[in-house]
Amino acid sequence: MSHKVLECPLTTKHIKIALVGQPNVGKSMLINSISDARLHVGNFSGVTVEKCEVFFDYSGYNFSITDLPGTYALNNYTIEEGVTSSFLHSAEYDLILNVTDSTSLEKNLTLTSEIMGLGKKVVVALNMSDEAEKEGIEIDEKYLSKLLGVKCVKVSAAKKTGIEELLESIIESFEHAHAKPKMIFSEAVEEELHTIKSYLDAHNYSSMLPNSAVAINLLQEDLCSIEAISTESLYVDLQPILAEAKRHIQTHHDSDDLKEIWAEEYAAFARGVVAETLKLTKTEKLSFTERLDTILIHPLLGIPIFLFFMWALFQLTFEIGSIPMGYIDALFGLIGEAVGGLIAHDELRSLIVDGVIAGVGAVVLFIPNIIILFIGIALLESTGYMSRVAFLLDGIFHKFGLHGQSFIPLVTGFGCSIPAYMSARILKNDRDRLLTLFIIGFMSCGARLPVYVLFTGAFFSQNVAGNVLFAIYIVGAILGLIAAKILKMTAFKGVDEPFVMEMPKYRLPSLKLISHTVINKTWMYLKKAGTFIALASMLVWFLSNYPQQPVLQQEYSIKIEQASSQESIVELKNLLAKESLERSYLGEIGKFIEPIFEPLGLDWRLAVALQTGLAAKEVVVSTLGVLYAVGDSSQSQNSLTDAIRENVPFASAVSFIVIIMIYLPCLAASIVFTREAGGIKYFFYLLLFTSLTAYFLAFIAHRVALLL
Amino acid sequence: MKTLIDCDRGDIVTIKRLHTAGELKQRLISFGLMRGAKVKVLEFAPAKKTIEIKVNSTRVALRGDEAALIEVIDES
Repeated sequence: MSHKVLECPLTTKHIKIALVGQPNVGKSMLINSISDARLHVGNFSGVTVEKCEVFFDYSGYNFSITDLPGTYALNNYTIEEGVTSSFLHSAEYDLILNVTDSTSLEKNLTLTSEIMGLGKKVVVALNMSDEAEKEGIEIDEKYLSKLLGVKCVKVSAAKKTGIEELLESIIESFEHAHAKPKMIFSEAVEEELHTIKSYLDAHNYSSMLPNSAVAINLLQEDLCSIEAISTESLYVDLQPILAEAKRHIQTHHDSDDLKEIWAEEYAAFARGVVAETLKLTKTEKLSFTERLDTILIHPLLGIPIFLFFMWALFQLTFEIGSIPMGYIDALFGLIGEAVGGLIAHDELRSLIVDGVIAGVGAVVLFIPNIIILFIGIALLESTGYMSRVAFLLDGIFHKFGLHGQSFIPLVTGFGCSIPAYMSARILKNDRDRLLTLFIIGFMSCGARLPVYVLFTGAFFSQNVAGNVLFAIYIVGAILGLIAAKILKMTAFKGVDEPFVMEMPKYRLPSLKLISHTVINKTWMYLKKAGTFIALASMLVWFLSNYPQQPVLQQEYSIKIEQASSQESIVELKNLLAKESLERSYLGEIGKFIEPIFEPLGLDWRLAVALQTGLAAKEVVVSTLGVLYAVGDSSQSQNSLTDAIRENVPFASAVSFIVIIMIYLPCLAASIVFTREAGGIKYFFYLLLFTSLTAYFLAFIAHRVALLL
Repeated sequence: MKTLIDCDRGDIVTIKRLHTAGELKQRLISFGLMRGAKVKVLEFAPAKKTIEIKVNSTRVALRGDEAALIEVIDES
């Protein structure tokens, strides 16, 4: 692909493209192939929930492509489908690039024929042509172009074939005048369309659309077209003609539902076109997907298999993840020493070594765990298994008042709550969506993983820690279901929404796609550690080191001078550090809020760590790193895990983990939640709901753990 | 009246009528579930809570309650 830099933007030709297609046909992947963009790609409906623009240059033209959420038809069934429909109807663009899945052409062409009625220039990309070939589907794209009156190009976004030809076709269509696409309807409809068009022509009616398109819109009862024409005088005589036309079509179709009639018309057209242009060279046997489905969504085995996969994921997260941790820890120790040696100024050294390096190091330590978790989620997303789980779980979810498709945002929530909140848009019904939004927080996000790994590592032996980790996630999810049931019975009463969902084909995960997603997300995590977490660590360092205690220090330095043995010197030094910390700003804050957390068995350090977690959950770990590093740093290098084990009673750790599982998500996620829920009042509901639940359950968990 | 929920695994049937209106009907239609469409029943979840079917080359999952709204006739 040539990416020439254009000298003069004024002489450049801009082509504005709207990218439209049914869900999961590879629109975002196609954009990535064309322009080296890095849009998120998955194998289920509804990955793209917001429109998103990508720019690039090709052969002297400046392209801008708007990637629109996938839509089955131009209606407003879900929020994101509404985005697409309103963009197509009212935004400014030069042409529509309609992406279709070659392996299910007939269904895709139904949307294509609807798009062709919009009166815009259209180019059709027959995507996944490589897969179609493998399945023995032969498409005569030249004949297809001729039948539709619209240029169709075979491409494969995954294999990057046909891309240049597609771009050339777009340019060609852009440079030429709009040619009317060829739609053929049933005899009755054609006859009535002709009558209406002749009437419009005879009365010299003109609008932005050609009269043939207006005729279609009128027969479809399209509100915009009716509104536009109803002010004209010719409308008076047109009305009886329209009424008669509708009656004729309705009798012909034996249905009084115009929408159904039109859908059938489009489908019939698509069927006709496919019959002419598509040849199946292989006889249909049981496909790979169907064979796999007999096991994976088996009525009895399906759910146990799913649970096994999840268990395996968390085992791996802990087992493999813990291998490089020692090295990373040692590395940060070395960096701390090396950097510390370079800085002469005492306070600055403390800020850099004990504040920034300790804080960031504590977060970066968990990179291996995070990577494994992200790989697991990426596999789930890209293989098509996600929709199967939605299928399996709908029965259970339904009992708890959730929708089967809630599973998709909920699983995304194990990675990060922010995309999870956004993907809740695939839920059509507002109540279902709000309910799901409230529950997403119960799915522990990747940023909470470090806290869990830290505590399970501190209190459990290596061989059960993975199971404990799995249990934490499962218990979180079950609590989420129970909370959903309670909310459904109280705040979100209402009728149940239908569950109709496409099951995508299984695809082998592509190494490139997975690594791309995982690297992207890991990089984001690292970036956050380097910026936000570093800043937060500095703040925590400052709050824990100031105000300085000259009197206290003097007292101790006298005692230390008088001390007899080396041991008592170390002990005194630790005592000094402990007391200064307690008198620091952070200590003051902690002491102030301690009474609230005392019934839960949390001391002021844990209480403070929880507060800093409101900014970001990783900060919990870095705060603990700073708070517990103090005093002990000289004797035990390996580190926070040991410090936690020595300083925190088991029962307190349990209640701490329970709070982490349930309480308010981080600041960024809370903001997205508020936006998606549609108002600040929902944020306060969430705050109240999560805080009360967390406090109540932590209290119980603490009591129970004390009995053990 | 026979509906999709009354079918067995592996049955191939033709849709006769959709006993629903409005959005759900449009949704079903946009998946290809319309009068005259041939449907193959692929899989049931326990207690027929959910059902997986194939229409054209598309696999669609439906809840049992929705499947009960789709009247079908046997392929002759």
